Amino acid sequence: MLQIEDLQVKLGDKEILKHIDLEIHPGETHILFGPNGSGKTSLLMTIMGYPQYRVTGGKIVFKGEDITDMPVDERAQLGIGVSYQRPPTIHGVKTRQMVQICAKGKVDAEALAEKVNFSEFMERDINAGFSGGEIKRSELLQLMAQDADLLLFDEPESGVDLENISLIGNSISNLLQRDFRVNAKKTQKEKREERTKMGLIITHTGFILDYVTADKGQVLYDGMLTCTSNPREIFKCISKVGYEECVRCAI
Amino acid sequence: MRDLEEKARQAQDKKAVLGPDIDLDAYQSEPVSHNYVEDLGDLSKADKKQMLQAGIDAEETDRSGTFVQKDTAVLHAHSKQEGLEVIPIREALKQYNWVEDYYWKLVAVDTDKYTARAHLDLHNGYVIRALPGSKVVYPVQACLYLEKEGLSQNVHNIVIAEEGAELHVITGCAAAAHLRRGLHIGISEFYVKKGAKLSFTMIHHWAEGTMVRARSVGMVEEGGLFLNNYISMKPVKSVQMYPTTHLVGKGAVARFYSLLVGSPNSEMDVGGRIFLKEPDTRAEIVSRAITNGGKIIARGDLVGEVPRVKAHLECHGLILNGGSIHAIPELEGKVDGVEMSHEAAIGKIAQEEILYLMSRGLSEDEATATIVRGFLSVDIPGLPPQLKAEIDRAVEQSNKDMM
Repeated sequence: MLQIEDLQVKLGDKEILKHIDLEIHPGETHILFGPNGSGKTSLLMTIMGYPQYRVTGGKIVFKGEDITDMPVDERAQLGIGVSYQRPPTIHGVKTRQMVQICAKGKVDAEALAEKVNFSEFMERDINAGFSGGEIKRSELLQLMAQDADLLLFDEPESGVDLENISLIGNSISNLLQRDFRVNAKKTQKEKREERTKMGLIITHTGFILDYVTADKGQVLYDGMLTCTSNPREIFKCISKVGYEECVRCAI
Repeated sequence: MRDLEEKARQAQDKKAVLGPDIDLDAYQSEPVSHNYVEDLGDLSKADKKQMLQAGIDAEETDRSGTFVQKDTAVLHAHSKQEGLEVIPIREALKQYNWVEDYYWKLVAVDTDKYTARAHLDLHNGYVIRALPGSKVVYPVQACLYLEKEGLSQNVHNIVIAEEGAELHVITGCAAAAHLRRGLHIGISEFYVKKGAKLSFTMIHHWAEGTMVRARSVGMVEEGGLFLNNYISMKPVKSVQMYPTTHLVGKGAVARFYSLLVGSPNSEMDVGGRIFLKEPDTRAEIVSRAITNGGKIIARGDLVGEVPRVKAHLECHGLILNGGSIHAIPELEGKVDGVEMSHEAAIGKIAQEEILYLMSRGLSEDEATATIVRGFLSVDIPGLPPQLKAEIDRAVEQSNKDMM
C-alpha cells in the first residue's frame, strides 16, 4: 500500500504540493487529473524520491516503510517504478542495457521488447532521437522489466500516434493486472480480487481511460487534491466545465 | 644516413612546439640487457601480467604475430602468418635495403630534440609489414615495456600495409608498477598503400612518473583506409603527441579515435591532424576525454586542400572530479568545395541522467559508472572483435579505477 499523509513539498522556494493525503491500496489504480502546472508530475517525482522536491512536512509510507527520506534507488528496489514523460538521453547506453538494468539481468529482454514492438530499438542509445511514441514504448518496456508494484505513469498517451495508442493502453492494462484475457483456472472476479499492482496515472486527455480501468480519479489543483471520485465522472465533468470549476473546491 | 645524423645533431637541443620541455640529460640511455625468449610462455609472471594490461596476450590467442621490447632490448619478435613480417627495426635496417625507403621519410628527424634523440640513440622498435594482397585477419600485438628506473626508451616503429593488404596492429605501451621515473620517446611511421587497410590501436598503460613524447605520421594512398585508435586511461605524468596523417590518394580515408582519462597530476596534450590532399578523401577525428583531476588538452586539426573532400571532428569532454579540459578543434579549408565540420562539448554528468538510472534500481555510483562507460563507448567501424574487446576491457578497468 502507498500512504501519503499531509505531504508538503517545495521546489526551490515555491510550495508546490500542499497537504496531500492519498492512499492507494494493493490492486488499486488511480487516475490523476489536473491542469498544467498543478503539481501532478511533482507528486510523481516526490513519490519516486527526486531530491529537488524537498519534503517540508508529512510523510510517504510504502509497504509499511516510511520512505520519505529514502534515496531513489532504494525506492526502486522496494518496488516503485516510473514511466517518464520526457526521459533524458544517455549516450552510449543502449536500450537493451537499460532493460537489463531494470530487470537486474533476470529477464529475456528480446521477448519483452517484442511485446511492445520495440525490438529494432534495442541497440539504440536510450531515448536518443526517439519519437513521442517510441519514448513511451521504451518506458513501458523498462517498467515491464522492472516488475514494480507501484507504477507511476506520467502522461503515457502524450505524443503517441493513433496506431500505437492501443498498444500502449493495453500494455499498461497488463502491467496493472487489468486485462480481461480469459484464464481457464481463474474467473475474472478472482483475477480482480487477486490483483496486487498499484497504479497512479497522470492523464491530460483522458484517452487512457478507453484502455485502462481505474478505481478512483483524483484532481490535483494548485498543489492540492481537491476532488476524489469515479474517474470517468471526473473526466466527463472536466470535459464539460473545464478546470476553472475546480477553483471553487480548492478554496 | 649520414645526412640524417647531421640533421639530428643540429636538432639535439630544439625544444618541441607543444608540451612541457623535458631535460633529456636527466634520463639515462645506456642499453639495458634482457634475454631474448623463444617462447613467450617463458616471460616472467610479472611481465606477462603488466603486458596483459596493455592488451598483449602471452598465449597469442587470436594473434598473428608478436613483438615485445623491454627497456632497450627486444625480448621477442615473430610472425605466425605468411605474408606478415615482424622484425626489430635495428635488424631490419641492417638486413634489408628497402627499410631505408621508409625510415624517417614521414617524420622529420629534426622535428625536435626527441626525434633527434630517437635517431642518434635508437634502442629499437619494430617494422611490421603486410605483403601485397595479404589479409592478416588476426591482430599483430606489440608491446613496449619500460621497467628500468630513470631510463629514456628511444623507439622507432614502421608499419606498412602494402597494396591491397589488410593489417591490424595493437600496440601496448606499459610501465612497471614500481617505476617512478621514465621517459618514452616513440617515433611511428605508417604507410597505407593503394587499396590497403590498416588499423592501429595503441593502448597506453604507463605509471605516474612516466613522460611520453610520441611523434607519428602516416600516409594513405588511393582507396586506402587508416584507422588510428589511441587509448590512455592510466595515470601518466606527461604525454604529448599530435599524430598526423596525409591522405595522398583519391578516396583515401583516415579515422582517428581517442579515449583519454586524465588522472590527478597527469598532463595530456593529445591531438590528431589529417591533411586531405586528394579529391574524395574523407577524414574523421573523434575524441572522448574525461578528467578526474588531470589536465587534458584535446586537439584536432583537419586540413582540406582540394575540393570534394569530407571531414568531421568531434571532441567531447567530461569533467568528473576536478581537473581541466581544453578542447582545440581546428578546421582549415583551403579551396572551394570542401565539406568540413566539427563539434566540441565539455560538460559534467547530468544529475537527471543519474536519477533516471537510479529510478531503475542502480546506486548513485553504479549510475555514474554506467554513464561514464557510455560516454567512452564509441563505435569504431572496421575494428576486429579482438581489438574491440581490448578497448572495452580498458574502458571497464578505467571505470573501476575512477569509482
